Amino acid sequence: MTDKLLVRWLSLAGARVAAARERLTDLDAAIGDGDHGINLDRGFRELLRRLETGLLERDPPAAVLEGAGRALIGTVGGASGALYGRGLQRAGAALLVPGGGDAGRLDERPREERAVVAFGAAVDAIAALGHATTGEKTMLDALVPARVAFEAAVGSGATLALAARRAAEAAEAGAASTIPLIATKGRASYLGERSIGHLDPGAVSSALLLRALADAAEG
Amino acid sequence: MIALALVGHSGELLRALREMVAQAAPAVPVATAGGTATGHLGTSSPGIGEALWEALRASGGDGVVVLFDLGSAALALEMALEELPDRDRARIAVSDGPLVEGAVRAAVEAAGGASLAQVCAVADGERATAKLPADWPGRPGSGR
Repeated sequence: MTDKLLVRWLSLAGARVAAARERLTDLDAAIGDGDHGINLDRGFRELLRRLETGLLERDPPAAVLEGAGRALIGTVGGASGALYGRGLQRAGAALLVPGGGDAGRLDERPREERAVVAFGAAVDAIAALGHATTGEKTMLDALVPARVAFEAAVGSGATLALAARRAAEAAEAGAASTIPLIATKGRASYLGERSIGHLDPGAVSSALLLRALADAAEG
Repeated sequence: MIALALVGHSGELLRALREMVAQAAPAVPVATAGGTATGHLGTSSPGIGEALWEALRASGGDGVVVLFDLGSAALALEMALEELPDRDRARIAVSDGPLVEGAVRAAVEAAGGASLAQVCAVADGERATAKLPADWPGRPGSGR
């Protein structure tokens, strides 16, 4: 993944989050504490501010992802900031060769293969920090099928743009699949069966972020 | 002396709780990490990390018992703990007890010179401590 693509993705993701702020917040108000859109928008605004003012490095990709993750962790305030932030940081770390020294030597495999490794590291980190798995009405219901679709696409020779589109489609289907689920994680779990019939806001924002990635990769 | 670190979504809530704790055990150091860096409701692992460090220093290295509120607090706390060196992390015990009752109970125990494990255990114990007698009026099924 080139640094240009990352910067384009983060910028587009910030714009999409801002546009979806009310929708995400309304979804969260139905089953959570009603701040998902507001929180995520605040985090991405800070992320983009850092990017524009040079506080966040634009290169190399590992540093961009680390800095972007730090911005979300420090400013979002909800679980989603910690989870997305940690995911981005681990994706960045996965782009470095283990034992590559303090400066961190970059992995030099083809960018599609590196993206698979980074994507997988992000999803694994989110599952580990959230102590969660699929079927619990969380962002993982979008992210896990997206990761599977992304890997499968790259494995069959797809370009990064095509693989990202497959991932976005899988994430959107995964987000829709959260409607009949009972939430067992996070604030929505307080509602028990009353959480049935609602989209999970975290799964929706995950799908939105991956759609932004697909669109950024299209150029 | 064991110090306390209070972690939660609201700085205001934790400042008030710190006052309650100080009333019960004025000598016990208490650090708080409430709300985000921008003053919104929420939790922030960098802020939590600072509070842990501050409490650890104030304890003179004896140790810190952490109490936290709901939702993302546990998650942000876990991230903050991962950032600490092993040596510091070994001196921090996270209680699964209720924030208010656990904090006051733990502070009283700490003021008496209890160990890290003892202070954490009494805070945990507040989870199972009934606040009302079984026949208290106004409870569902009390008949009064």
